[in-house]
Amino acid sequence: MKNWLDLLRPGDWIIVLICLAGVAASFPLLWTGGKAERAVVRLDGRVMAEFPLVAPHRYSVAGPLGDTLIEIAPGRARVLSDPGPRQYCVQQGWLTRPNAIAICAPNHVSLSLSGRDPSHDSIAY
Amino acid sequence: MTASLIELPVTANDRRIARYAAAAIALTVAEAALPSPLPGVKPGLANIVVLIVLMRHGWRDAAWVALLRVVAGSLLVGQFLAPGFFLGLTGALASLAVLAGAVRLPQGWFGPVTASILAAFAHIGGQLLLARLWLVPHDGVFYLAPVFAASALVFGIVNGLIAARLLKDSL
Repeated sequence: MKNWLDLLRPGDWIIVLICLAGVAASFPLLWTGGKAERAVVRLDGRVMAEFPLVAPHRYSVAGPLGDTLIEIAPGRARVLSDPGPRQYCVQQGWLTRPNAIAICAPNHVSLSLSGRDPSHDSIAY
Repeated sequence: MTASLIELPVTANDRRIARYAAAAIALTVAEAALPSPLPGVKPGLANIVVLIVLMRHGWRDAAWVALLRVVAGSLLVGQFLAPGFFLGLTGALASLAVLAGAVRLPQGWFGPVTASILAAFAHIGGQLLLARLWLVPHDGVFYLAPVFAASALVFGIVNGLIAARLLKDSL
């Protein structure tokens, strides 16, 4: 083993360490399924509004129970408040990944993110 | 009509390149028999030969050996002009371009291991780029880049060490 390490010159070590750091830094890429680019708000399955995830913005949808408030921010979106009894879609918090979806079923509202390429044609629920 | 005999003069240099290329081709064929977990993840043992030729006889000879290896190796494994051939050719050209720069680095600091690592990254980088432009016109090919980069680093170091060892033993 010692013999083999003697074959590495000082610059070789530097290159190995730089490349190792670069490879390690690139690994999170594996787990991001692309970047979310747009938020789509639906009421009863109909698209009510679409927003690019670039600037902060708030949007309110009127469902059968009342208003659901959607918050858009650069790279993410969430349901800020909803009149539904169990608040599942609010507790989901920020959505950041493409094809993530928060469904406020009692109020018939859904918030979903899409990337550049849709990975499925539609969702029925 | 008289039969004419055309004789191509063969220099000692030609024979040397042929010998090295034969070694590189043998390694390519042997490697083709190894199962690969993912297309693109390969040890690239033939690059050891290219590195040795580069260090001993310079870039021109190394380029001959690398390109002969790609063409003859693909003929032997039945991949000539198949997508794999063009990927290999692009990888070889990219790594030769990088090696042309790597031999100009100060020798006291940077040895065969540096050249090997840089060539390995150029190899997979060139292949990924061609795959993106031609075979998979979608950025999805880059999701696996970290896996390819990690294997390039590991095999780059291993091949570089083997080349360094062989170069040292022959001195």
